[in-house]
Amino acid sequence: MPRSILVDNVSKSYRLGNAQHGMLRDALMGVFGRLFRRRKESSERLIWALKDVCLEVERGEVVGLIGRNGAGKSTLLKILSRITEPTSGRVDVTGRVASLLEVGTGFHDELTGRENIYLNGSILGMKKREIDAAMDQIIAFAEIDGFLDTPIKRYSSGMRMRLGFSVAAHLRTDVLFVDEVLAVGDIAFQKKCLGAMRELGDGGRTVVFVSHNMATVERLCKRTILIGDGRVKQVGDTRAVIESYLNSFGATRKQTLDLGAIQDRQGTGAVRLHKMELLNADGSELQVFHSGDGLRVRLYYECMKDVSKLHFGIRIYTTLGVLLTDIHTWSTGQAIPLASKGQGSIEVEIDYLNLMPGTYVLGVWAGSNHEWLDVLENVTRIEVEPSDFYGTGRGIESRFGLMFLPFRWSTADDGETNAASETGHRANSLDANGQAPDPLSVCQAGGTVNGVRTNQQATTVESGGLARDGTTAESLP
Amino acid sequence: MHTKWLSELWRFRELVYFLAWRDVKVRYKQAVLGVAWAILQPLVGMIVFTFIFGRLAGISSDGIAYPLFSFSALVLWGYFSGVVGQTGQSLVANSNLITKVYFPRVALPASTVLAGLLDFSIGLGFLVVLMTYYVVREEQAAPNWTLVWVPFFLAHLILLTLGVGLLLAALNVRYRDIKHVVPLLLQMWLFLTPVVYPMSAIPERFHPLMALNPLTGIVEGFRACLFSGRQLDPALTAISLAVTVIVFVVGLLYFRRTERAFADII
Repeated sequence: MPRSILVDNVSKSYRLGNAQHGMLRDALMGVFGRLFRRRKESSERLIWALKDVCLEVERGEVVGLIGRNGAGKSTLLKILSRITEPTSGRVDVTGRVASLLEVGTGFHDELTGRENIYLNGSILGMKKREIDAAMDQIIAFAEIDGFLDTPIKRYSSGMRMRLGFSVAAHLRTDVLFVDEVLAVGDIAFQKKCLGAMRELGDGGRTVVFVSHNMATVERLCKRTILIGDGRVKQVGDTRAVIESYLNSFGATRKQTLDLGAIQDRQGTGAVRLHKMELLNADGSELQVFHSGDGLRVRLYYECMKDVSKLHFGIRIYTTLGVLLTDIHTWSTGQAIPLASKGQGSIEVEIDYLNLMPGTYVLGVWAGSNHEWLDVLENVTRIEVEPSDFYGTGRGIESRFGLMFLPFRWSTADDGETNAASETGHRANSLDANGQAPDPLSVCQAGGTVNGVRTNQQATTVESGGLARDGTTAESLP
Repeated sequence: MHTKWLSELWRFRELVYFLAWRDVKVRYKQAVLGVAWAILQPLVGMIVFTFIFGRLAGISSDGIAYPLFSFSALVLWGYFSGVVGQTGQSLVANSNLITKVYFPRVALPASTVLAGLLDFSIGLGFLVVLMTYYVVREEQAAPNWTLVWVPFFLAHLILLTLGVGLLLAALNVRYRDIKHVVPLLLQMWLFLTPVVYPMSAIPERFHPLMALNPLTGIVEGFRACLFSGRQLDPALTAISLAVTVIVFVVGLLYFRRTERAFADII
C-alpha cells in the first residue's frame, strides 16, 4: 500500500524558564547587557517533548495514538499537522490534510450558526462550494434546526459542540488527524459521533486518532501506536498495545491487600481477615481487570477461637455505594464447618466478572450463626477495563447498561448457535461433568444446578470448582 | 521556494476572504450607525483639523478648500493607520487559530488589509460627494485625466500598509509591548506627513527628508490626481515607491523567517 505519512527521526524540544515571548525593552536591555558585561547563565531548561520518533502509516489506515498525559501525542499531531515544526527530523504527508484538534475552532460569538459553519469549515480547509454542498447534512447532523440564524452566543455549550463536531465530521480530506474531540453531548449524540468517526475511517482515508478512550480506539483502529515520554514505546495490533498500556498502570497497583492494617472494621473480631489476594483465573497474579474475565480471590484469616459454620463473603459496590453483589459461601452452602483457632485461608473463583467497565469498591466479611465476625466495607477500589468479551472486535461499553450477560443469538430455523457466539464467551471453569457451565441456564428462574437451588433473581454467577456438601441452608446474620 | 509559498497562499485564498468577511460582519453586527462609522473617523478629523489649522492657525492649503484638502488625505491616512494597527495585532488576536489549525500564517494580515478596504471605499465615496459639492459651488476645478493614476496610488498605499503590517504582526508575536509603541509611532507619522498641512508649508531643504516618508509621495500624488493644477512630482513618487517596496520586502522576509515558530511562541 502506498505510504501516506512518514515521520523520520523527529524530535521536538521546548525551552522552559523564560517566557517564550518577551518585551521589546527586555530585548534591548539584553543587547546593552551583552555589550557591557558578561551575560548571566541562562536558567532555561530544555525539555524534549518528542525524541527520535519514527513512524510510517499507509494510505487508508486508521491508526490509534495512545499514551499518558504529557507523553507527546498532541505535540506529534501538531507537527504532523504542520502547526509547529520539528526541532530535528522531517515529516512527509501525502495528500490533502485536515486536523481536528479542537471542536469549534474559530467560532465567533456574534455570528450566526450558519455563518459560523462557513467560517469554521473554511478554517478547517473546506472550500466554499464544499461547504455549500454539505450544508444540509451539517445542519441535520448537528440537530440545530431553527437556530441557524441566531448568533451562537445564544447557544448552549452542547449546541456549540454539536455544531463544531458536525462541521468537522463532514471534512473530506485524504488525511485526517483527530485529537480527543470525540463523544461530545448526550448519549444519543455520542453514538452519532462514533458513527461519523467510523465513516471517516471507512472512506479509504488515512486517520490518526488520539484518544484516552480505549474502547473507542479498539473499535476504530486496527493498529495503534503507544507513546511515552516523547518516544514510541510500542507499535502494533491495537489490542496488544492497549493491554501493555493498561498494564503500565496496573503495575503500580497492589493486588495483594493487607487487610490487617485496616482500622475501620466491624464485627466481634473472633475472626480477623488479614490478607486478600486478587488473582487471575489460572492463579497467576492479576494485572488488570477486564469485563468478563474470570477472577480468583484468596482470603487469609486468623481465628481467635474455634468457630463453627464459618462463612465468608465478598461484596462489590458501585462508587455510589450501591451493593451490586454479595458473593458468599452461604449461597452455595460451603461454610467451613469447624474452623479451629489459628490461621486459615479460603478461595473463591468467579467465572465471569460481569461488570461493566468502571470503578467499583470491594468489601469483605466473615460471619457465622447470626453474627458478624469481621466486616470490612471499603477494602479497595478496582478499575474494570473494557474488553472484547464477545471476541468480535466490538467492546463492552458502560453505555450498554449496568451489567452485561454472556449470550448468543440464533434464529428459529437453524437452532444452531451462530458463528459469533462460538467465540462468544470464555469458559473459565468446567462443572462436575467436565462441561462448560451454561450461564444462561444457571440464571434461569427456579432452576436447580448441582443440588443447590438457584435464586430466581440471580444476577451473580455462582462459583464453580469447589465441592458441595449439600447442607441445608443456614440463616445469615 | 517562494513559488510554493505563493501557490499555497492562492490555495487558501478563500480563507483570506472568510476571515475578512468575519471581521467586517462582526464589526457591523452590533453597530447602531452601521456604515456611518466608516465615514465618521476621517470626517471628524477633517472637522477638527479644519477648525484648528484652517481657521485658527490659518494654514494655507494651496488654493484648495481646506476641508477638501485635508479630507482627501485623511481618508488615506484613516485606512493606513487603522489597518496597520489591526494587522499588527492580527496574529496575536487569532492565536487560537494559529495553535490549532494549519494555514499560511500570512492569511491573517492579508485578511485585515482586505477587510479595511470596505471602510476605505466608503470613505472614498464620501470624498467623491465632498468633491462634487465643491465643484458644483465652483470653488474647485473638476478633476481631469490625471484621475487615471488614482488606482496606482491606492495600490501603492495598500502595499505599504501590508508591508508595515507584516513587520509589526511578526514582531508583536515575539515582543508583546509593540502594541503600545504603535499608536505613538502613528501619531508621529501623521504629523510627519503632509496630511493636514501642505508640503509647500515646509521649507525646501526638508523636502528630501520628507520624501523618504513613503506616505508623503502617496498623499501628494493622490492629491495631484484629484486637484487639477497640482503638479505630480515624479521624483517624489519614485522615491516613495522605492521605500515602500523596501519596507514590503523587509516585512515579508521577516514574517516568513519567523512564522515557523509562531505556534510555539504565541
